[in-house]
Amino acid sequence: MAVVDQQEAAADTTAARREKVRQRKAKTWRDRWPPLAAVVGILVLWELIVVGFEVPTFIAPGPGEVVATMIERWPMLMMNLWPTALESLAGFALGNTIAVLIAVGFVHSRLAERAFYPIAVFINTIPIIAIAPILVLIFGNGFTPKIIIAALICFFPTLVNVTRGLKAVNPATLELMHVLSASRWEVLIRVRLPSSLPFLFAALKIASTTCVIGAIVGEWIGSNVGLGALIIEATYNFRSPLLYATVILAASLAVVLFTIVTLLERRLIRWKVDAAAV
Amino acid sequence: MGAPALAPAANAGADDLALRLDGVTVTFETDHGPLTALQDISLSVRSGEFLTMLGPSGCGKSTLLRTVADLLPVSSGTVSVIGRAASEARRARQISFVFQDATLMPWLSVIDNIRLPLEVGRGNGAIIDAPVPAEELLAMVGLKGRERALPHELSGGMRQRVAIARALICHPKILLMDEPFGALDEIKRDQLNVELLRIWQETGTTILFVTHSIPEAVFLGQRVLMLAANPGRVREVVDIDLPYPRDLALRDQPEFIERAAHLRQVLETC
Repeated sequence: MAVVDQQEAAADTTAARREKVRQRKAKTWRDRWPPLAAVVGILVLWELIVVGFEVPTFIAPGPGEVVATMIERWPMLMMNLWPTALESLAGFALGNTIAVLIAVGFVHSRLAERAFYPIAVFINTIPIIAIAPILVLIFGNGFTPKIIIAALICFFPTLVNVTRGLKAVNPATLELMHVLSASRWEVLIRVRLPSSLPFLFAALKIASTTCVIGAIVGEWIGSNVGLGALIIEATYNFRSPLLYATVILAASLAVVLFTIVTLLERRLIRWKVDAAAV
Repeated sequence: MGAPALAPAANAGADDLALRLDGVTVTFETDHGPLTALQDISLSVRSGEFLTMLGPSGCGKSTLLRTVADLLPVSSGTVSVIGRAASEARRARQISFVFQDATLMPWLSVIDNIRLPLEVGRGNGAIIDAPVPAEELLAMVGLKGRERALPHELSGGMRQRVAIARALICHPKILLMDEPFGALDEIKRDQLNVELLRIWQETGTTILFVTHSIPEAVFLGQRVLMLAANPGRVREVVDIDLPYPRDLALRDQPEFIERAAHLRQVLETC
């Protein structure tokens, strides 16, 4: 009898759980259908305009043609995606690592901050398009100049954000660490770095999309592989469907990087800053 | 307007002093010239005593706590905690501090926050031995079962309980509390006052407690140190000779009201 009761209870909770899942799915669908419908609508409108007004393909291809090209030229597109992805990731890692290290230096030395902050601002003001040819002249045609450009574009937002994050510590928390006789290293590892994580991730989200821009701009100048090179080539040869397909792929790369950063953030930051500050 | 030296209880020898201040003056350099936050403070606190500190804003209550905790240097005079320099007592984990903010690490669970004092400071000469088991402290502050919770999942009062548990983990000889319940509503504050008295009697630690609230000062303390402002100096020390354990009903008794009224009068002339 007791066993039957337990089973019934278990069945009840499973049913309740199923109902909850169903409700959540319904809610997700309610949230998602408007943007999906909008995207489909725009694509249909685009195709109608291209067909209806007989727009020549080299000026603007319809979405159908772009998709067809993407499927047809997939292996070639992939061959050009990898170098760009690699440069973006390497630049992302390099630029952000250096920015975090310098931010740590800034927090521990007012002198270093006063000396180097203006230089960092100056570097940030140089347009990335203008600095690309200079770096290609210095480092040649390989991966190096592209990685450096991607790193440069990531560097500044991360430096500014992380410096702010490392400093945004409750003064009473620092007093607590002093009463506990904590060293500067312990304050850095146990207080400053964890409390700067939300600031770091805000910067990494920016960097996850700009590093792709950096790599592509680097490939525009005298390169024969990568999405950037493909964009230039497709433009000069009026291969518009290929150009559009390449642009979509570049955007997808940025979206994937952004998603990875967002998922990492959710895993690493489980606390709420505002509530705990009280 | 001199600063009377506070005599410790007649039967207490020098060894029984938790804290001794002799002619302590603290001066800050400000944009408008030097500012004397504390002037010639002399004070003795018996081991195990509960001393509350009351005074208008800017009278240096917090400054006084911070000099005892070695957070601020004294300009002249001496501070001795358990018979040694404040910095030595700090390294020996004999001093604990509870702030108005709970100052918990938002990314650490309740139990890890309580254990934080065991994790840091050794490189700077901190002596950490025979700590109180964190589970025991959790039970003492009434948070059993919440060890895995994160600070943002707790109420303000619960976070302050965690901060108190953390302050007690190394058997401190002296517990410094800077308006610890100042941000809480009155009901929670009363509740925590009662619990703090129980914890004080269970642990036997010395407590210096800064507050803005006259009832809180009278309810908790064996003595109330009243400070006057500009410059911060001792105005009066009032004995609160009401027996422990005290409960909240005491606040409606004439003897309580009488002492609170006296403090209010003194405060008006501070």
